[in-house]
Amino acid sequence: MKKLTLMLMLLLSFATAFAQKNAPVEMADVLRSSGKIYVVVCTIVIVFLGLAIYLFSIDRRLRKIEKNQ
Amino acid sequence: MKFIYQTWWKVVTVIVIVYTLIAGMLLGVPKLPILHETIRNTYFHVPMWMAMFTVFTISVYYSIKYLRTGEEKYDLIAVESANTGLFFFTIGLVTGMLWAKFAWGEYWSNDPKQNSAAIAFLLYCAYSVLRNSIDEEQKRAKISAIYNIFAFPIMIVLIMVLPRMTDSLHPGNGGNPAFGKLDMDNRMRMVLYPAFIAWSAMGVWIASVRYRIRLIEYKKNQIN
Repeated sequence: MKKLTLMLMLLLSFATAFAQKNAPVEMADVLRSSGKIYVVVCTIVIVFLGLAIYLFSIDRRLRKIEKNQ
Repeated sequence: MKFIYQTWWKVVTVIVIVYTLIAGMLLGVPKLPILHETIRNTYFHVPMWMAMFTVFTISVYYSIKYLRTGEEKYDLIAVESANTGLFFFTIGLVTGMLWAKFAWGEYWSNDPKQNSAAIAFLLYCAYSVLRNSIDEEQKRAKISAIYNIFAFPIMIVLIMVLPRMTDSLHPGNGGNPAFGKLDMDNRMRMVLYPAFIAWSAMGVWIASVRYRIRLIEYKKNQIN
């Protein structure tokens, strides 16, 4: 048991050391900055554009039907 | 009327709405207590109502035109505009309830604005029920057109006038002006006003597509 706890402690100390070593390295590009809000913006825009394209395609199909009449 | 078959203004509408989505989420807003970032809801919640007013106005305009001329297609425009208005009405109510939960504490706090909006909603639901309960075409068109002409001013009074005369939690009531300098600034106006116009155009677009489908159905029924 003692050995196990010792091993765990050593492992965990390594983990903290590892984390500290990497903390200052921030690989944030635009999409990951500001609490990642830009990702949400992109999602909303994609959803809306999808709906808009869908509406355009309905419009076009309707025009075809109108022409056939 | 020719313009509903054109594409350019639909493209402009989509571009402007995409602009309001991006600018509405990212541009600066006034830092206000309680509201915090939910003030951005203004860009999305209020335009729903503007779109609703636009299509309801078109609906009542064509109801009058129908009564003057008796042309069936005007009735079809009126009913499809009203249907689209009901859609935006629902979206406006639901977004308003969600916002109210986080700004006022309850989804529904029996606020004058909420209650009278609900009454106006039922008013337009009654329009739909009335229409569907009459079988004869001309009678249906006439009666529903007259009902629409009465419902429209009552809806305006219920939503815009009555809540402003009492105390309400909603901005623009009980003496505090909506979109006043208390809760708005010019950065917000640069997003809000384009959003009003673009979402109204979106409403017109959806209503026009519905009308064109209705027109085809109508013509098909005529031949049979």
